[in-house]
Amino acid sequence: MRFTINGQAVEASVDLRTSLLDLLRDHLHLYGTKKGCNQGACGACTVLVDGNRINSCLALAVQYQDRAVTTVEGLAGEHGLHPLQQAFIEHDGFQCGYCTPGQLCSAIGMAAEAERGVPSAVTADLSAGPVVLDHDELRERMSGNLCRCGAYNGIVEAITQTLVTGAAE
Amino acid sequence: MSIVDTVKQAVTGAVTGAMVRLTPDAPVDPLATKHGALGRSVPRVDGPLKVGGQARFAAEVPVEGLTYAALVYSTIAHGRIVTLDTAEAVAAPGVVLVMTHENAPRMAPPAIFMSNPRAAGASDLPIMQDPSIHWNGEPVALVLADTQEQADHAASLVRVSYEAAQADLSFDQARAQAHAPDSVLGEPARIAIGDAEAALAAAPYRVDLSYRTPRHSHGAIEPHAATVLWEGDKLVVHDATQMLHATQWTLAGIFGIREEDIRILSPFVGGGFGGKGLWSHQILAIAAAKLSKRPVRIALSREGVFRVAGGRTTTGQRVALGANADGTLAALIHTGVAAMTAHNNCPEQFTFPARHLYAAGSFLLEQKVADIHMLANTFMRAPGESVGTFALETALDELAEAMALDPIELRRRIEPDKDPTSGRAFSSRHLLEAYAKGAERFGWSQRPAPRSRREGEWLVGMGVATATYPYYRMPGGSARIRLTAEGAVVQMGSHEMGMGTATAQAQHAADRLGLPLERVRFEYGDTDLPPGTIAGGSSQTVSIAAALLAAHEVLVAQLLKLAGNDSPLGGLKAAEVEARDGGLHHKEDTGRGESYASILARAGRAEVVAQAEAPRPMEVMKHSMHSYGAQFCEVRVSAVTGEVRVSRFLGSFDCGRILNPQTARSQFRGGIIMGLGLALMEETEFDERTGRIMNPSLAEYHVPVHLDVPEIDVIWTDIPDPHSPLGAHGIGEIGITGVGAAVANAIHNATGRRVRELPITLDKLL
Repeated sequence: MRFTINGQAVEASVDLRTSLLDLLRDHLHLYGTKKGCNQGACGACTVLVDGNRINSCLALAVQYQDRAVTTVEGLAGEHGLHPLQQAFIEHDGFQCGYCTPGQLCSAIGMAAEAERGVPSAVTADLSAGPVVLDHDELRERMSGNLCRCGAYNGIVEAITQTLVTGAAE
Repeated sequence: MSIVDTVKQAVTGAVTGAMVRLTPDAPVDPLATKHGALGRSVPRVDGPLKVGGQARFAAEVPVEGLTYAALVYSTIAHGRIVTLDTAEAVAAPGVVLVMTHENAPRMAPPAIFMSNPRAAGASDLPIMQDPSIHWNGEPVALVLADTQEQADHAASLVRVSYEAAQADLSFDQARAQAHAPDSVLGEPARIAIGDAEAALAAAPYRVDLSYRTPRHSHGAIEPHAATVLWEGDKLVVHDATQMLHATQWTLAGIFGIREEDIRILSPFVGGGFGGKGLWSHQILAIAAAKLSKRPVRIALSREGVFRVAGGRTTTGQRVALGANADGTLAALIHTGVAAMTAHNNCPEQFTFPARHLYAAGSFLLEQKVADIHMLANTFMRAPGESVGTFALETALDELAEAMALDPIELRRRIEPDKDPTSGRAFSSRHLLEAYAKGAERFGWSQRPAPRSRREGEWLVGMGVATATYPYYRMPGGSARIRLTAEGAVVQMGSHEMGMGTATAQAQHAADRLGLPLERVRFEYGDTDLPPGTIAGGSSQTVSIAAALLAAHEVLVAQLLKLAGNDSPLGGLKAAEVEARDGGLHHKEDTGRGESYASILARAGRAEVVAQAEAPRPMEVMKHSMHSYGAQFCEVRVSAVTGEVRVSRFLGSFDCGRILNPQTARSQFRGGIIMGLGLALMEETEFDERTGRIMNPSLAEYHVPVHLDVPEIDVIWTDIPDPHSPLGAHGIGEIGITGVGAAVANAIHNATGRRVRELPITLDKLL
């Protein structure tokens, strides 16, 4: 099977039952993507596929051939960490660090969804176009990413500073 | 324990007590008040690794020829295995081994926690040694295969039949036979001062209330995992643990091998909260690796975590308060029962807050345990204090209401001048100051009368409660300092689960050695390093600090010797010098000193290495040492659905000197957020008919998510404790304490309803 992970072509021969998450971790040794529940409840395994966030534990690897998969290892650019990664450090948006890769990938996918006008459970007007990530919109959209250490305040600050248009620093 | 042993222990205790009282206090740590790297919001040293996905956890160590483990769990709570059919599993593709009690290697039962300072066993039950079953979910088979998918599938093919025996599963029934534990963490299970029941009966104001708190799960996002390798007779375990050296010692006993032949590594732990100890999964993986002669990875499924790694137990509590007309307490009664097993040692010390918090004319503080056939319960963030403060602090709120007193004013009137049950002096207690600062910042004076503030469908209310947690410092830890011309490395086999250990101790080492922060590093997470103590009881910061302080004294003596008489330091004693500006200097004569680089160069040495063990924690024997806080909460409760939203929260803490404001704030907030879960949603549901945990997943065991959590304001007194290293107290657990009560009291203020059973779900408010 052929995959494109973080811009690199990768070949792997895996059991058809293998999830995208297990492909990344156990076969490609890209351990940055985390397994927290393996049932889509915690968000630790969130990766970006063609820019959309998905729970990689609920995705069969075989279905994601020739799609552009981005993991936490692929967020940094030539000039160092992605601004969101840097902001997580500045705002202490993590403690143990285990949910962090999922929070990062989820936030990037989430901001793009809001920009495209994808509604959430708290969106009042479903046809209003791009969604402003206010207090409830941002938190509702990130609520699929659990953080048991309780770094939520720092995570929200980091996302707001980095990905919310017009937010004051 | 025999009566003779008990008497001997009492006599030894009395002698030690007298010696302790005669021992002078250690001098105040000069770093307690000094501002350098300590006291600054230094970003986490492991931040870039964690945000880059490069921090390697226990299930992420690449190993050649690795096999993957899956467990089969019993489906009865008590009884025995009658038949085990593994033929189909053995024949399944990729299967390397199916291990059951019939072929598992012989292993001694784990030494149970507290039976020895190094014991880490969560339970002393033998592991897969015989057909007997002790809880619903006990592992009955382990399957090893070349891939996780193959192992999971083969595990589903193992057929087991059981003969069930009578099981004690009902907490209410077991409470009738509740008995006193041998001790509650080394303290007596019962403390009676005066006749509290008589004083209660005679008091002009009384509340006498019952509380229930459920089982809780730690819910660390990293499931328990280990990667295990036997290299000849030597064992290497990459574990997710908060008790490295204790695990090493305990495994040596289980497998009958030498401690020095076991190495445990745990550089990163994806959340612990008390749960990342030694459970059966690591032991079974080690046994399977031995049997199969292959390296093994065991990464528990989320369900597996609920089946084999215990959580907080359920409690039933009574708090009765008798007050005099002036608002002082005539009687303070806090009693109750916690569910436990006959094979563990964790009675959920919910009476501890009442032993130290308030003055009263009489006390009755007693806790018992009820034996249940369940997975051994264990320590979870502020075991005892979390659920004990829920009962005590809501009862105080009810008393304040009955007396028409402001709840903060009530606490002023019952502030003790010394520890109310031990009689010892407080080392550092500024609870009322924390209340005053918090009340002003939160706007407590705006608190409405019960059920008087409504905004649309939302009823709004405010509540407050005391937070408290003991100061512990664990004995037995050693630190090593390796000093070179370039800087220093401090080494200790301690733990980083997100508390910021490596960052705070690097700050500490920088200030202790007088070096810039970028020239020091703290190494931890490996039993090859000098022994650390457990990351438990909020003790690690001061336990490491005391060892580092001791090692530094050795280092200074060595450096003075190396410097010799040709040095500007010649003739100076250790007490006359201090570390600053990259060297040692005379304390008063600022121009007189020599850099480390110069001392080393003149002595022709590349490095100096100093190691020492921390002195025994005499300070906790001499003083009553605790941390305190005041938790302020505002809730909005829907009058239509009963839904509770926490709209504002402030924690005002008194926890000694704060070493790193940013990481400290995160720890306080993390505790508070887990407290919001305790208050409003968390419950491990235990089926009392079968003993099965019914919600073993993060979809059904609800923890607070982004939208449940408001911006949490945290402030602190920052007053150093003169009797602790660095003037610091541990802060990992106090955050969760008092939160349940603050929320419940706010809900009462909003709705007029009192809920005395956690979690406070919608149904209880409709």
